[in-house]
Amino acid sequence: MQIFPFIVVVWIVGIGLYGIVTSRHLVHQIMCLIVVQSSTYVLLLAVGYLTGGAAPYFSDIPTRTRAVDPVVQALALTDVVVEAAVTALLLSFAIQAHKRFGTLDPQELASLRG
Amino acid sequence: MTPAARRLVFLVGAAGLAVFYLFGLSGLPGFGRYPGPYGFIVNRVTVAQTNATGVVSAVNFEYRGFDTVGEEFILFAAAAGMAVVLRHLRGEHEGAPLEEAADRDLPPTSDAVRMVALLFTGPIVLIGWWLASHAQASPSGGFQGGVVIATGFVLLYLSGEFQVFRRLTPADVTAAVEAVGAGGFVGTGLAAVAMSLPYLTNFLPLGTVPGAVSSSGTIALVSFFVGLEVTAAFILVIGELLRQTLLLRGGKS
Amino acid sequence: MNQLFALAVTVPLAAAAAICALRPFFDRRRWLLDLAAIVTAGSVVVMLALIMARVAGGDQVYWFAGFRPARGVAIGIDFEAGSLSAGLATLGAVLVTASMTFSRRYFERVATYYHALMLIFLAGMTGFCLTGDIFDLFVWFELMGVAAYALTAYRPEERGPLQGALNFAITNSIGAYLSLSGIALVYGGSGALNMAQIGAWTTRHPGSRLVVVAFLLILAGLLVKAAIVPFHFWLADAHAVAPTPVCVLFSGVMVELGLYGIARVYWSMFAGALGHQYGLSRLLLVLGAVTAVVGALYCFRERHIKRLLAFSTISHSGILLAAIGRFAPLGLTGAAVYIIGHALVKAALFLCTGIVLHRLGTVDEVRLHGQGRRLRATGLVYAVAALGLADLPPLTTFLAEGWSDEAGPGWAVAIFLACVIVTGAAVLRVGLGVFYGVGDPPGEDPQQAREAAEETGETVTGRHHTPLSMIIPAAVLAGAAIAIGCLGFAGLGAAVEAAAVRFQDQGAYIATVLHGARIAHPVAPFPAAEASASGASVATGVAVAAGSVAVALLTLYRRRLRLPGLYRRRPRRLARPWPRAAMILEGFQSGVINDYVAWLVLGLACLGGLIALIVH
Repeated sequence: MQIFPFIVVVWIVGIGLYGIVTSRHLVHQIMCLIVVQSSTYVLLLAVGYLTGGAAPYFSDIPTRTRAVDPVVQALALTDVVVEAAVTALLLSFAIQAHKRFGTLDPQELASLRG
Repeated sequence: MTPAARRLVFLVGAAGLAVFYLFGLSGLPGFGRYPGPYGFIVNRVTVAQTNATGVVSAVNFEYRGFDTVGEEFILFAAAAGMAVVLRHLRGEHEGAPLEEAADRDLPPTSDAVRMVALLFTGPIVLIGWWLASHAQASPSGGFQGGVVIATGFVLLYLSGEFQVFRRLTPADVTAAVEAVGAGGFVGTGLAAVAMSLPYLTNFLPLGTVPGAVSSSGTIALVSFFVGLEVTAAFILVIGELLRQTLLLRGGKS
Repeated sequence: MNQLFALAVTVPLAAAAAICALRPFFDRRRWLLDLAAIVTAGSVVVMLALIMARVAGGDQVYWFAGFRPARGVAIGIDFEAGSLSAGLATLGAVLVTASMTFSRRYFERVATYYHALMLIFLAGMTGFCLTGDIFDLFVWFELMGVAAYALTAYRPEERGPLQGALNFAITNSIGAYLSLSGIALVYGGSGALNMAQIGAWTTRHPGSRLVVVAFLLILAGLLVKAAIVPFHFWLADAHAVAPTPVCVLFSGVMVELGLYGIARVYWSMFAGALGHQYGLSRLLLVLGAVTAVVGALYCFRERHIKRLLAFSTISHSGILLAAIGRFAPLGLTGAAVYIIGHALVKAALFLCTGIVLHRLGTVDEVRLHGQGRRLRATGLVYAVAALGLADLPPLTTFLAEGWSDEAGPGWAVAIFLACVIVTGAAVLRVGLGVFYGVGDPPGEDPQQAREAAEETGETVTGRHHTPLSMIIPAAVLAGAAIAIGCLGFAGLGAAVEAAAVRFQDQGAYIATVLHGARIAHPVAPFPAAEASASGASVATGVAVAAGSVAVALLTLYRRRLRLPGLYRRRPRRLARPWPRAAMILEGFQSGVINDYVAWLVLGLACLGGLIALIVH
């Protein structure tokens, strides 16, 4: 059980990148990008975990209780919200592409070459 | 590159990268054995230093508040970018709801969906508000509360009342609220600078009871501004995307 | 006063928020909006210049929210600035000011969000340069990135911007997430996010698996940003379609910030742990050489002026990486001065290209041939800047060439000089052809001609005169390059080298940040050599510039000269290899994001394997 979360991290990065490389649809690629970022959340939360530690909220437990690392949780939580907005930005690029040229296939959209 | 060649290149690279990544991860202390000083120290000193019992929020808005300023502006820039990209292009105009062909109208929303959605809008906005204002006490804060409140507004669209949604959240006002939220956060820090303190120092009275709504000084204030900004940003973002749908379909909603 | 550290980043952010909050007011008063943006950017320049003056005597540290470190553990975020960091930030701010001035007349109609996004980009750059906390570095990196994606897609009327912005966004985002993974990895080991504290920890665990992998992962995002092969594909696409004032920032500062990030991350966090391995230095040298050659090849083939300049940036980025990878103070000195010189001349070149687009309506070199004769001032500034790109003294670049090449192996120096000649020749070929009608237009390439013709939506074309607010920034930047180059004869080298030595002393860095020490005599791991503008560097600069001019003229007069010996002796066999090579080159830069990501992954895997082999 010691290494399992980290294997999950590598797997998620792998399938996310695989999705981007083999995709024929821009929205699918953007979603795969989200998958790649999700792996960083799993990694952050996994490195901060303390077996038997309580949640770092001391309103009802004594202040000296052993708690898990709050810093990675803080980092992950802002990242989640921010990522949603950045995804929206990328999706807006996809919308414009579809409106202008009727296609969401990256190969067809590749009008810049060499 | 042909798709097959591309897949081959990727699989070779991914295999190598995966091995390399696992190699590095195996050097970690192990799952559940967090070693380092940062988390332990923050857990130990937060309640005494800031009178906030929610340590994660304290980290977000106090100890690493400057990071959060940056993250907030990423959100702001993304919403601004969306506004630029999805703006009306020359010659494009919004189809009034009934101008398009009848067979492209949206199907009317079922009564069950309407009722449930409208029923939940109020409570969800309230819950979001409660979340945003209790950053210092419980697992909540501006980010979480803001997203929940924005979802409450989106429920209006789900219930079929898109025009009400648009009337309640005009793009200009929402954008201005978003800017006020972002500016407020930065301004709180600048207020500290004006008092010759380092940027974003907690200069408001800390209150007496740890974890109360009025305690923890600037953490609560900053959380409020963040909540404002996140709410407005998500309403703006979702509203822009929904407006594109309206432009494309021109259906009644 | 120390508060300037915080103000330099938060003033542009506050201004951006204020501009957006008062959008209805500003929408009707374009002049006020421009003025507000230019004044804000200018004030940041002043603040950073003051900071630079302050840190000349020693690095300064600023702790946010007053959380100072105790017993070697930091719980707050810090800004740590030395001369190099503050200097790079100042350069970025100067370029933003020039861009905003240029944009005043360049864009007929512009949304308020443009100014806000530029100011946010400025804040991101400044924060990136000054910060001493690795996660904070990531945050400003992301902020720069998102503002850049939005600015690239600013003109969505045509197919171009979407493809360029999407390729840019997806590639850089993947790099950023991999960097974040590296940060999480190193946090899991050290329990710290402060660069000095992490540096102290890694030095106690040299060569550990975690350290090596974290180093590469953190480097991934920075390498993508620095457009090093094979992570470089996005740059040309993004440049081709971003508005010209934005391209000024991309080529002038953003790519260089990736390189600065690599140097900063290495010297503050990993230098003690990885040692100054000869193998690592060689690896960076080879990587830089490959990048330089690839960039130069693509640059020479290109007819679309903005893409041509983008590829020349890639080439110079490779040269800079090799200079940084030398691990000696002289290499870093050369890199720093080269960044300054390159930024100034590249920005001037892009601004002149913008003027051409504004007046003549296209950026296709072939269609523009001879059309620019009436743009006399622009032609002059362009020529000066192009010669500066080709290392002509006294523009700053000749100094750096001498310093960064010293102590490098002969073959590398030859490659780099050849690349500078080739890229300089390409840029000069454009200048001579467009502004002076020299020779014949280069061969027609329909695909490129079509793309370049698409570049018409950016600005209203067919103007009859060049507005002052567009030509003056370009001229000022070129003039600054000359002025700073002249300083090279007056001890600029020694000053920058002192700053480089300070940058490279990891022990002093840790002591300054965590214990508030004041180190008067920092010591770099390698001895500092003499950095002055010698006769040799002047001679090399003149030779390189002459070579560029010669190659440019040869290309322009190729048909008239008919290069008799080569063609007549072997007429048919010579024709065939070139189109095939051209097709192969084109195949790589396909514009399809899937390809780019596949190469990114393969490249990272190879780099990872090599680094692991080297360190063990």
